[in-house]
Amino acid sequence: MADETLPRRKFLLGAGLAGVAAGLTGGSPAPAEAQTPPAAKPPTNTEPETLLTLTATEAAFMSAMADTIIPADELSPSGTDCGVVAFIDRQLAGAYGAGAKMYRSGPYQRGKPEQGYQLALTPRDYFAAGIAATNDWSRKTYGKDFDRLSVADRATALKAMEEGKAQFEHFSATGFFNRVLAIVMEGFFSDPMYGGNRNKVAWQMLGFPGLPATYADKVDAYRNKRYVAPPRSIADFS
Amino acid sequence: MATRLKEVDAVMVGMGWTGAIMARELTKAGLNVVGLERGQDRNPKEEFGLTTLRDELRYVTRLELMQDNSIDTITFRNERPETALPIRRFGAFLPGEGVGGTGIHWGALHWRFLPTDFRIRSTLAEKYGAKAIPDDMTIQDWPVSYDEIEPFYDRFDKLCGVSGQAGNLKGNIIPGGNPFEGPRSDHYPNKPVKTGLGPSIFGEAAKSLGYHPFPLPVATASAPYVNPEGLTLGACQYCGHCNRTACEANAKASPNITVMPVLRAEPKFELRTRAFVSRLIYDKAARKVTGVVYTDMRSGEEFEQPAGIVVLSSYVFGNTQQLLLAGIGEPYDPATGKGVVGKNYGYQFEAGGEAFFEDKWMNPFIGAPGMSVALDDFNGENFDHAGLGFFGGGYIACSNGGAPPIGGRAVPHGTPRWGSEWKRATAKWYHHATRFNTQGSVYANAKNFMDLDPTYKDALGRPLVRLTYNGTDNDHKMSRYLVGKLKGVIKAMNPTHYEVHQRPKNFTIVPYQSTHNTGGTMMGADPKASVLNRYLQSWDAHNLFVLGASVFPQQHGYNPTGTVGALAYWSAQAITTQYLKSPGPLVQA
Repeated sequence: MADETLPRRKFLLGAGLAGVAAGLTGGSPAPAEAQTPPAAKPPTNTEPETLLTLTATEAAFMSAMADTIIPADELSPSGTDCGVVAFIDRQLAGAYGAGAKMYRSGPYQRGKPEQGYQLALTPRDYFAAGIAATNDWSRKTYGKDFDRLSVADRATALKAMEEGKAQFEHFSATGFFNRVLAIVMEGFFSDPMYGGNRNKVAWQMLGFPGLPATYADKVDAYRNKRYVAPPRSIADFS
Repeated sequence: MATRLKEVDAVMVGMGWTGAIMARELTKAGLNVVGLERGQDRNPKEEFGLTTLRDELRYVTRLELMQDNSIDTITFRNERPETALPIRRFGAFLPGEGVGGTGIHWGALHWRFLPTDFRIRSTLAEKYGAKAIPDDMTIQDWPVSYDEIEPFYDRFDKLCGVSGQAGNLKGNIIPGGNPFEGPRSDHYPNKPVKTGLGPSIFGEAAKSLGYHPFPLPVATASAPYVNPEGLTLGACQYCGHCNRTACEANAKASPNITVMPVLRAEPKFELRTRAFVSRLIYDKAARKVTGVVYTDMRSGEEFEQPAGIVVLSSYVFGNTQQLLLAGIGEPYDPATGKGVVGKNYGYQFEAGGEAFFEDKWMNPFIGAPGMSVALDDFNGENFDHAGLGFFGGGYIACSNGGAPPIGGRAVPHGTPRWGSEWKRATAKWYHHATRFNTQGSVYANAKNFMDLDPTYKDALGRPLVRLTYNGTDNDHKMSRYLVGKLKGVIKAMNPTHYEVHQRPKNFTIVPYQSTHNTGGTMMGADPKASVLNRYLQSWDAHNLFVLGASVFPQQHGYNPTGTVGALAYWSAQAITTQYLKSPGPLVQA
C-alpha cells in the first residue's frame, strides 16, 4: 500500500544528511571512482532533519514532489534523499522566500501572462498557497493529500497540473507546477552548500566537473573527447 | 530640504561603462568629477574571486548582480490600451546595479554596427525607394557616420582588449574575418578566443553553403593584455560561468578592471555609492541643468550636487526617466507622433535553437561566450531585401557559452520535463548539444515607446518608466527569415536531432531574452526629431550629455555595447576639445 511504502512524514524521520555534512566539512576532493558515475547509494545518516520554515505537511508535500520529479533510479537517489526538500526549506526561509529584490507595491491586479508574476505573495507565501491548493484538489480528485497518493497517482496528478488539466480553485495549477519544477531542479543541481545535490549526485549524473573550471588547456586537448573529472564543489575548496 | 554641496565641474549619474569612461576622460582634461552610483561599490579584488563566482544559484538563478527591483523597476504592457503592470522581478532583460553596472555581468560580445546602419533610412530609401519604408517604421539615420566614430570604436576595442579576427582592415578584406564589417583602422587587440567544437562544425557547414563564418568578437582577452590605461587583463579560462557573473580571471572586460582602478587613484575623481539621483535641476530659461538631487541611501539624507556639466550615464530606463521627470525635451505622444523623449524604443529580436550530435563530445561546461562562430550574411543591408517584405536582419551564431547545471541542460524537444525518462535524456544529451542564436534588429515603430507610469512609483516616490512594446510584423518576418537561414546551416551540420524556436507573437517579460534595450533619448541631426545632437548633448540643456544605448535611434542586429563605448569616447572628445573652450550648444539648432 502506498501509505506504507511512502510514509507520510518520512522526511521528518530522517532522510539523511550525510551528503550535506560531507559537503560542508569537506576539503578533500571527491574520490576517483566518481569518474564513472556510481550506482546511486542512499545516504545512511539518520539524524532528523530540522526544518526552518516548512510545516510538516508542506515538507511531506515537497518530499513527494521532489521524489516524483526526481525518482530514485540508477542515475541518482530520490529528490528527497538528494537534499531537495532541505534546499527548498532553506530557500523559502531566507531572502528569496521573503521576496528579496521584488517590487512589491500595489495596486495588484491580474495581468496578462506576458506581464509576468503579479501576485502580492512572497515566494514563501506562494508555495504555501500552492501546496494548500494542490492538496485541496488532490483530496477532491483522489480522496487524499498529494503526498499520500501512490507513485503512479502522483505522476498522473503532476502531469494533469503540468498540462493544465487540473483545475485548482483561484490558483494556477500550471503556474504552480512550473514553480515547483524550477525549485526542485535548483535544489537538485545547485552547489551542495545549499542543502541539495548531496554528494554532488546531480553533477555526477550529468558529468559536470564543478570547480575550479579553468579549462584554457582543456579546450583543444579534449576536442571531441569526453573530459571526465570527479565533481568538486565550493566546500571542497573552502 | 536638500543639503546643497559645493559645485563640481562634472557629475556622472551612474558608474557603469559610460560613466567610467566619461569620468576618466574629463579628469584627464583637468576637471573635478563626482561619480554618483545608486548601487554598491563593486571591487573585483574583494568580490570577483573563486570560489564565490562558481555559484550558479546565487549569480545566474537569483541574479546577484542585478538591479534591486524592490527599489526601482519599470511597468510594461504590449499595447497602448492595456494597463501596464510593474515588472516585479526582471526577467526578459537584466540591468545590473552597482559600480560597473551591466558591464560586469554581460557576455562581452563586442560588435560594431555596419556603415549602412548609421544611415539606415537613407540607405533603404536609396535601395528600395522611400515609399518602401512603412509609415509607422520610425527609423532614423544616425547623426554620425561609421567613419567618424571608427577611431572611437578602436579606442574602446583597445580599452577592453577585444579578441577577434579583423575582416576588413582599412578596406582590405582579410580571409577568416567578417567581410561585411566596416573598415577597421587596426586589428583587434587580441587574437580570437578558442573555438568550440559545435561552433567549428557550424563554421564548416556555413562555408559549404557559401556563407562567411568568422570567430565572434568578444571583449574577453584570449591572452594576458595591458590596455592603454596600463591595466592588466588576464587570459580567458573558458570556465563556462561568464554570463550573469563577474570574471575571476580578469579576462572579461568590465569598467571595474579596465577603467576604475585608474579613476580610484585619481585625486580629481570622487566616487559616491548608494547615491540615488532622484532628479535633475533644470533651468529652462538658461537652457542648462544646474545640478542633480540625490538621496544617500545609507542615511536617507537628500543632497543637491551642483555641477558645471551633468552626464546621464545610467541604463536606458533611468536616462529616459530623468528627462521625462525634468521636462527636458518634448515627451513622445504616440497618438500624434509628436515629441521625442521616450520615442523609438528598441530591443533585440533574438531567436535560436539547439542541435544534438550523438557521436560528438561537446564538453559543454567548457565555455566562453566568445567561443562562437558567427555569420553576418543576413544582417542589416548585407543582403538584398527586395521582395522579402521586411527590413533589418541580424547575425547568426553557434555558441559555446558554458552549460552550468541548473540552467544549461538541453534535451531534445518532446522529452518529458521530469521523471526517470527526463533524467536519462538529460544525462545522455548534456554532452552532445550545441546552441544557436540569431541576433535580430528592432527597427523603431511608432507604437513602441516609453513614458511615465500614471500609477506605480519607485522607492523615492517617482513615477516608474512605462514601457509599451510589442514585436512588429516587420521584425517577426525578419526573425523568421533568420531562423530559416539558421535551420539551413544546422541541417548542413548533419546533427542527430535539432530544433529551432520562433519568437512568440507577443513580447513577454519572462523568460530571459536579451538586455539590449535601446532608445528613448535618441541622438539625431534634427532637434525636432531627436533628443540629443551628434555629440550626445541635449538640444534643450547644453551642459547635459546623455550616454548609453538610450541614444540609439533604433537597434541594429548586433550587441550594443561596442557602440555604447565608442559613443562615450566620441562625446568625451567633443566635450574636452570643443565644449570646455566655449560652453554652449555644439550644434546650432
